[in-house]
Amino acid sequence: MSTVTHDTQHDAHHHGAPTGIKRWLFTTNHKDIGTLYLWFAFIMFLVGGAMAMVIRAELFQPGLQIVEPDFFNQMTTVHGLIMVFGAVMPAFTGLANWLVPMMIGAPDMALPRMNNWSFWILPFAFIILLSSLFVEGGGPAFGWTFYAPLSTTYSSDSTALFVFSVHIMGASSIMGAINVIVTIFNMRAPGMTWMKMPLFVWTWLITAFLLIAVMPVLAGAVTMVLTDKYFGTSFFDAAGGGDPVLFQHIFWFFGHPEVYIMILPAFGIISQIVPTFSRKKLFGYASMVYATASIALLSFIVWAHHMFTVGMPLAAELFFMMATMLISVPTGVKVFNWVATMWRGALTFEVPMLFALAFIVLFTIGGLSGLMLAITPVDFQYHDTYFVVAHFHYVLVTGAVFSIMAAVYYWLPKWTGKMFDVTLAKWHFWCSLISVNVLFFPMHFIGLAGMPRRIPDYALQFADFNKWISIGGFAFGLSQLIFLWLLIKACRKEGEAVSPQVWEGAEGLEWELPSPAPYHTFETPPVIK
Amino acid sequence: MSQQQEYEKYYVPEQSPWPIVGAVALFLIAVGAGNYVVEVTKGKDGFGGWILVAGIITLLVMLVGWFNNQIHESMQGMHSNQLGRSYRQGMAWFIFSEVMFFAAFFGALFYARVIAVPWLGGASNNEMTGQILWPEFEAVWPLLRTPGGIETTAMGWYGLPLANTLILLVSSVTCHFAHVALEEKNRGRLKLMLGVTILLGLAFLLLQVEEYVYAYREMNLTLQSGIYGNTFFMLTGFHGLHVTLGTIILIVLFFRVLKGHFTPENHFAFQAGSWYWHFVDVVWVMLFFFVYIL
Repeated sequence: MSTVTHDTQHDAHHHGAPTGIKRWLFTTNHKDIGTLYLWFAFIMFLVGGAMAMVIRAELFQPGLQIVEPDFFNQMTTVHGLIMVFGAVMPAFTGLANWLVPMMIGAPDMALPRMNNWSFWILPFAFIILLSSLFVEGGGPAFGWTFYAPLSTTYSSDSTALFVFSVHIMGASSIMGAINVIVTIFNMRAPGMTWMKMPLFVWTWLITAFLLIAVMPVLAGAVTMVLTDKYFGTSFFDAAGGGDPVLFQHIFWFFGHPEVYIMILPAFGIISQIVPTFSRKKLFGYASMVYATASIALLSFIVWAHHMFTVGMPLAAELFFMMATMLISVPTGVKVFNWVATMWRGALTFEVPMLFALAFIVLFTIGGLSGLMLAITPVDFQYHDTYFVVAHFHYVLVTGAVFSIMAAVYYWLPKWTGKMFDVTLAKWHFWCSLISVNVLFFPMHFIGLAGMPRRIPDYALQFADFNKWISIGGFAFGLSQLIFLWLLIKACRKEGEAVSPQVWEGAEGLEWELPSPAPYHTFETPPVIK
Repeated sequence: MSQQQEYEKYYVPEQSPWPIVGAVALFLIAVGAGNYVVEVTKGKDGFGGWILVAGIITLLVMLVGWFNNQIHESMQGMHSNQLGRSYRQGMAWFIFSEVMFFAAFFGALFYARVIAVPWLGGASNNEMTGQILWPEFEAVWPLLRTPGGIETTAMGWYGLPLANTLILLVSSVTCHFAHVALEEKNRGRLKLMLGVTILLGLAFLLLQVEEYVYAYREMNLTLQSGIYGNTFFMLTGFHGLHVTLGTIILIVLFFRVLKGHFTPENHFAFQAGSWYWHFVDVVWVMLFFFVYIL
């Protein structure tokens, strides 16, 4: 699984990549670790996607068709956990590993051995999570949000495995985030001042801060679930003086910053790609930085908008509604800046740009449905319906996942030194774009009409839409096999050699390096004008 | 490659086997603990405990090996000032993550005291909860009788907890003096102060065990005693774990001092250990106020 085997004559005075399996197991190289993260994320994306296929197959027709309801619940739960913690977050960490040192002129990540540890924890954590599906009594079936008492009183015995796998994947995330943050603080080349940093670096700096702030809170939440379930505490049990609502507060105090952890790096990626293919500088660089920081700060005071219907005092409902709507201001600044960057630019539509444009339009749709959900009184109707499912899949699939695909297409030639198969890439883009909308757009309608989420059966009036949604789902799943094929071809070094700059309008330190980037880069820091 | 000699080369370590050993260790710990918890609480047979022990041993082997490499590199002068900054910043962010872990449990404590318990007693718009579900329930803190009827007694702050507070506060001061002595090259006082800090840490742990035994035997205050016992034992328990870890770190530092390690310029490990010790001290002060006194 190598995307970065180098022609050694280019590395004459570097030590090249070690060979064999040890290269991957013992590596301290940020590029190797980035590659590992990206492949791991893609494999998890396919595994989690397969679970989504089970869900859509069951929902293809009304009535219980294929799987037992409890297994259906396990699929929705593990699909969510895998996509959040196994696919999107590791993919962004992989991109950070590959790109941040190259973008700031650093020789590697600040703590290279810990970097390796962060990665290798993940496959083990997900082996535990996936194997818990085969434990007697079944795997986690309480939704990725593991609300108490579903995860305490009513969960199977595999919950302990779930708790400890979340603990170690959290440890992995925290160590990864510490590495990113220290790298950016301490490893910038001379002259790489804060306001010269590429936006991908800025967004990841802020993301890393969010990760360190909230992953420990998730660890606290799962610990309380563990003690409530097994050791007789009653944090989430009213009979002992606790409160199940407390669980939701703790979970969403983690959970809301978590959703920005999954979208801020995407903002950074789009802010790199749009200027390149517009052949203009990014419009409003400083405002992008401040908008990112504002979104991050606001993310700490909006968590209870996930719980409007749980029975909070009116003052809390109003506060969380207003604070949530405030987020649309910095987010709007970002969307405006991307559009203004393109305004009167010399636009071309290479594959990364296609994904970036799809991101801007479709993420905005997801953002607007989020604004609708933020309005407390109407949320009472939307809560726990497919409208919510449509909302967060627009921001996470056509948002986060599309941005990751855009990033892979944008930097893949830099990583391999060869242009990927553009025809296949365009097939991948158009198939994904059409199918993803067939998949998620009708969910808005059935959600507004009242179809609840996480239920394996539904009323007959939802049958037609569900059929189309499932067809869109299968098509989207199959489209990703095109991506797999393309990536395998790219890793086998098929295609034409590319120039260091790769894309005509690309700017930044990574584009001044040879393609493929040598195994060790910037061992002596470059000087930034 | 341009001639930029004014910047030292940043030390990027060669390949290392320790991280993957650490990953395997965490895997064994997670699988072992995940099974052991179920086996213990449900009275089942299994290998969970052994897997857990194997994981902990693997983790210890990894820590010894990894730190050994690290100390060796440091003693050989392979570490630049820039790398030292990376380590210090990394440690600072790690402590921040620990702060947030405790914040989750403090948050649970505050929520229970300010919202959950009063609501169970009928506050806000919950009158019917109070009247119909648990009419006998009295919403007070410390919650000595849960809505479900479990009774307990509250731990006072006078006596043992106060003594423990003084012990930790003094240990933070002696830890600081040890650091000053290190920077002034006064090795004798360094050993003395660090030794005193370790003894105070051990004394704290001993008294904490004493307190737990007393709570369980004499006060009927256990982990199962409703939200008061939950927050009491989870907060003091996790703090105690951190003090244990901090004491182990200090003991390792002590042996390194005896071997003549650390110079006034190069003593990251000592600084990290001392930061960690001050951190557990601050957490204790918070605990003393919010768990014991208020």
